[in-house]
Amino acid sequence: MTDQAAEKRTSAPESVRFPLVFGLDTFGDRNGDADGKPVSHAQTIRNVVAEGVRAEQVGIDFFGIGEHHTDYFPMPAGDVVLAAIAAGTNRIHLGSAVTVLSSDDPVRVFQRYSTLNAISGGRAEVILGRGSSIESFPLFGYDLADYEELFEEKAALFAELLKGEPVTWHGTTRPPLYHQDVVPHTESGPFPVWIGVGGNPQSVIRAARLGFRLALAIIGGQPARFAAFSQLFQKALEKFGRPPLPVAVHSPGHIARTDDQAREEFWPRWRDIISVVASDRGFAIPTEESFAWEAGPHGALYVGSPETVAQKIAANLRALQATRFDLKYGMPGLTHEALMTNIELYGQEVIPRVRELLAPAPPGPPSSGSS
Amino acid sequence: MEGATATMPRLAVLGAGHVGPVVARLAIRAGYPVAIAASGDPGNLALITEILIPGAEPQWAVDAVAGADMVVLAMPLHRFLRVDPRLLAGRLVIDAMNYWPASDGVLEAFENGRAGSSQIVARRLEGSAVVKALNHIGYHELEQNARPAGSPDRRATGVAGDDPVAVAAVAEFVDGIGYDPVRLPSLAAGQVLQPGGPVFGRVLLRPEFDLAIGTGPAAAGAPVLADAQSGKGE
Repeated sequence: MTDQAAEKRTSAPESVRFPLVFGLDTFGDRNGDADGKPVSHAQTIRNVVAEGVRAEQVGIDFFGIGEHHTDYFPMPAGDVVLAAIAAGTNRIHLGSAVTVLSSDDPVRVFQRYSTLNAISGGRAEVILGRGSSIESFPLFGYDLADYEELFEEKAALFAELLKGEPVTWHGTTRPPLYHQDVVPHTESGPFPVWIGVGGNPQSVIRAARLGFRLALAIIGGQPARFAAFSQLFQKALEKFGRPPLPVAVHSPGHIARTDDQAREEFWPRWRDIISVVASDRGFAIPTEESFAWEAGPHGALYVGSPETVAQKIAANLRALQATRFDLKYGMPGLTHEALMTNIELYGQEVIPRVRELLAPAPPGPPSSGSS
Repeated sequence: MEGATATMPRLAVLGAGHVGPVVARLAIRAGYPVAIAASGDPGNLALITEILIPGAEPQWAVDAVAGADMVVLAMPLHRFLRVDPRLLAGRLVIDAMNYWPASDGVLEAFENGRAGSSQIVARRLEGSAVVKALNHIGYHELEQNARPAGSPDRRATGVAGDDPVAVAAVAEFVDGIGYDPVRLPSLAAGQVLQPGGPVFGRVLLRPEFDLAIGTGPAAAGAPVLADAQSGKGE
């Protein structure tokens, strides 16, 4: 992994600049057909494989799959899908976005992603978190009220497993391990691990304490308010004696030829899905007015033409001192064709444009992304 | 709003997750002295306060409460169930929490009967004056929607409680941090502020807020909540 050199300890953390990385995330949003009828779960999953392969062809650096267990996000085994994408690609990094670690076994998560790392020749990553996926708790017999304890303990075990040495561990959330060799071993050290954070500063501190990278999940409100989280993360890394690590932004969006087309395609699906989860998560039901604000220059949604979206990504990466942007593309009901267009516009127009907007004056941008 | 004085009520914010730091920041900006506490050692909050809430003092919960005129509960509701009620005895308590079974897990204490979540909180805190406020504005919007008194686009927010003196104090606080307080006559009436209710998560000016909660708050609570509950899932 090319950025490991950049992450070596340095006495001048402020001067460290990580390469810009651009990714796509999906929750396996169930596709619609041209008539608006949902396609099957199986077809949606095959479409995701095609989308991941296409992402590499158009120059995207990372493809992530978020764990979900619902009819509209039928994506509980993203690592299997990523393995299929790995077989059809050579360069793109592949990871979870996110893995719901609290309701999983850290040993199994490590094994699945180190297997993906083997298949892909060192391209695996993991983003740990809860995301909006709470349906896994009752499914696997966990109590949501224990979420914090589960995550804390399991994330710490995951950090141990990543070291690649035999693990001795005991805790309350899974049986103890005694000098346990966990296979498969990776070929080149730990793969990149991130913690997805949605606005809780204590999660930022935890990421720094465990030495994981920070992925800011920003799905509503002004992204700029997260700038302090970036700063908090770097300060916390310093405090824990760790080298600087990159910060990523994950946000939903949709790119089409024009702003109007992107909004027309995205809005009804966004309204529908947020309305479904609103009562569970305490979100307000979006209105056309609130959507227009979120899709505008100060909101959290990246919906529009390539130029509109590129300007917004560049502005927010700068404001948040982040060097990676992952666009959560798709919404339940959008067609596979619309998603492929989104992916192509993102790779071929948005990313080059953001690189141009963020290029420092003297040297050129990095030739290829690698997280 | 600037200009703290020693006479301003002292605030203790319990919870340093999503909501607590935002409330603390707004309060500091309005001139209130603020202590913040999480479940453990205040040393763990040093960086968070330094960078996110400059001016707030991280303390052990017991110390923060001891020195406070008002205590804001800004923790997940399932965490509240672990708080010893004696900690808050005799205090004015602002309940900014919500019950979301899908996020908190199913909490038996909050499942039965027709009482609102703040009424159940109040029952656990027998010796405290509980006021429901700040629960129905998303933490991600609390700062961006705050406006000084007199602003034409000032957002209304509900303040509900059974103790009129406590309600008046919290209304003044809410006013001070940038919202137009709408006093509701009882904690029971505060059910209209809950998730799924007519004002939850909505940016409403005063006339719109009054319209949304209707003439009698009693009419608005339960049916709306029932609708919201039945609408969940796949």
